[in-house]
Amino acid sequence: MPEVFDQAPPARQAGPAEIRFEGVSKWYGGSRESGFLAVDAVDLEVRRGELVALLGKTGCGKSTLFNMIAGLQAPSAGTLRVQGHDPFRDFAALRGHISIVFQNDRLLPWRNALDNAAFGLEMMDVPKAERHAKARHWLARLGLHGHEADYPHALSGGMRQRVAIARAFATEAPIMLCDEPFSALDEITASRLRGEFSELVRETGRTAVFITHSIGEALEIGSRIVVLQRPARIAYEATMAGAGEAERTQIRARIRETLAL
Amino acid sequence: MASGTAPAPRLPGLSAAGSFGRAALTVLPFLTLAALWQAGSTVLPPYLLPPVTEILGRAATILTTGELLGEVLATVARTLGGLAGAFLLGGLLAALMGRSRLTARLLSPLLTFLQGIPALSWVVFAVIWFRGTEVRIFFIMLVTTLPAFTFQLLDAYRSIPRDLAEMVASFRPRRWQMFSRLVWPAVLPGILTAWKVNLGNASRVVVVAELVGATGGVGYELLQQQQLFDMAGAMAWTLQLVLFVLLVQWAISAIEAAAFRYRAVSERAL
Repeated sequence: MPEVFDQAPPARQAGPAEIRFEGVSKWYGGSRESGFLAVDAVDLEVRRGELVALLGKTGCGKSTLFNMIAGLQAPSAGTLRVQGHDPFRDFAALRGHISIVFQNDRLLPWRNALDNAAFGLEMMDVPKAERHAKARHWLARLGLHGHEADYPHALSGGMRQRVAIARAFATEAPIMLCDEPFSALDEITASRLRGEFSELVRETGRTAVFITHSIGEALEIGSRIVVLQRPARIAYEATMAGAGEAERTQIRARIRETLAL
Repeated sequence: MASGTAPAPRLPGLSAAGSFGRAALTVLPFLTLAALWQAGSTVLPPYLLPPVTEILGRAATILTTGELLGEVLATVARTLGGLAGAFLLGGLLAALMGRSRLTARLLSPLLTFLQGIPALSWVVFAVIWFRGTEVRIFFIMLVTTLPAFTFQLLDAYRSIPRDLAEMVASFRPRRWQMFSRLVWPAVLPGILTAWKVNLGNASRVVVVAELVGATGGVGYELLQQQQLFDMAGAMAWTLQLVLFVLLVQWAISAIEAAAFRYRAVSERAL
């Protein structure tokens, strides 16, 4: 039976969290009162091996949460730790610990598929032969064997996103952040990639935070689902591991209800 | 049943042109101009329209005579030296302006002001301010091409896609990695375009600078031909400069072809 909460739950397991939000808020311009509040006092823990789906409507602050975990933005208030580090202030300390799959592929157009997939490893100073071997492995795992020498313009949207996923997996970073990585693809390609992606995450034991605005996608991928309301505030949370069909139906209904509010 | 695939659309007038056809189309206007010039030279005196054969002969003599070729190479060195100086300084200013809005706001009006000063005025200023010929010419080349280089490089820097910059930043690169893996490849097309544009300007300015403030080089030789009313000589020296510009443009195009193979080519653009 999954645990279902109306509010953020207390920590349920001992041991250090990979990602920990404690009262994190983010506003743009002025103060909390006068500025634009994007994230409102979020408390959240993501434990090792979890695949947490952050679900919310467009503009609810999901991407701001994402950027803060990635270290691209600093919280305005509260404490955020990723593997014990402040991801914004200790930016360099997390090199090789976080990999990201963005909404669009963000491949470098002057690099072929192999060099794009090896890019993260290159930033970590991995020797060329080793990084190419790893990149080839991940491109093959994602069905791109034979396309290593192709430049991004010669690949389809789905193939480009596969290269981006290979780039993220190749670094072997323990934490993976995904910002609606399949939303720009057609449904058939997206569905196939979703399946392959969640299988790879589970197989490699990564901790993943997956941002989405699709209930179906969250249910399909997440081992835990966190529903956000505008401004990003946790409104509902559900653990999916071990949930049967009846529980899933119940969770889906609760999510719909929460998002409709 | 025959395939219903429609043939690729072709631009009118270029449908049958292969590489040979394109080369012929490039050469044809020049051949036409040379033929008209040659025809005109039969009815007008040589100091107005010297025969094409004489111009080409004089041009060949310049290229094959060590002392004369040295004058051409001096102009080439001055042009490339001035451009290199302006490129380096312009790159530095563009980097400062790209990283600091305050610097950009302070320097932009100043560079625009410099851009508005005619090249000939700079020649006069340089003659008054400096003594050595080479210093004068370098200064003139630098100051006349600096604003354009700076603005073009700044534009290239600001055009780096933000999403690519975020992607690279997400891997937490060092400063050098950020520059070599993202900034340099992203601004390279802009750099090469800036060189092509400024090369044309520089080749015109260097001649004016040499004409007024030098005792050697293509500009100085042109002044000698003018005093002798030697039109064939003036044309032959001018051709050296055109040839130099074409050679450098060709070299830049070759670099572009090699460096930008990754770019998609639209059939409509062919």
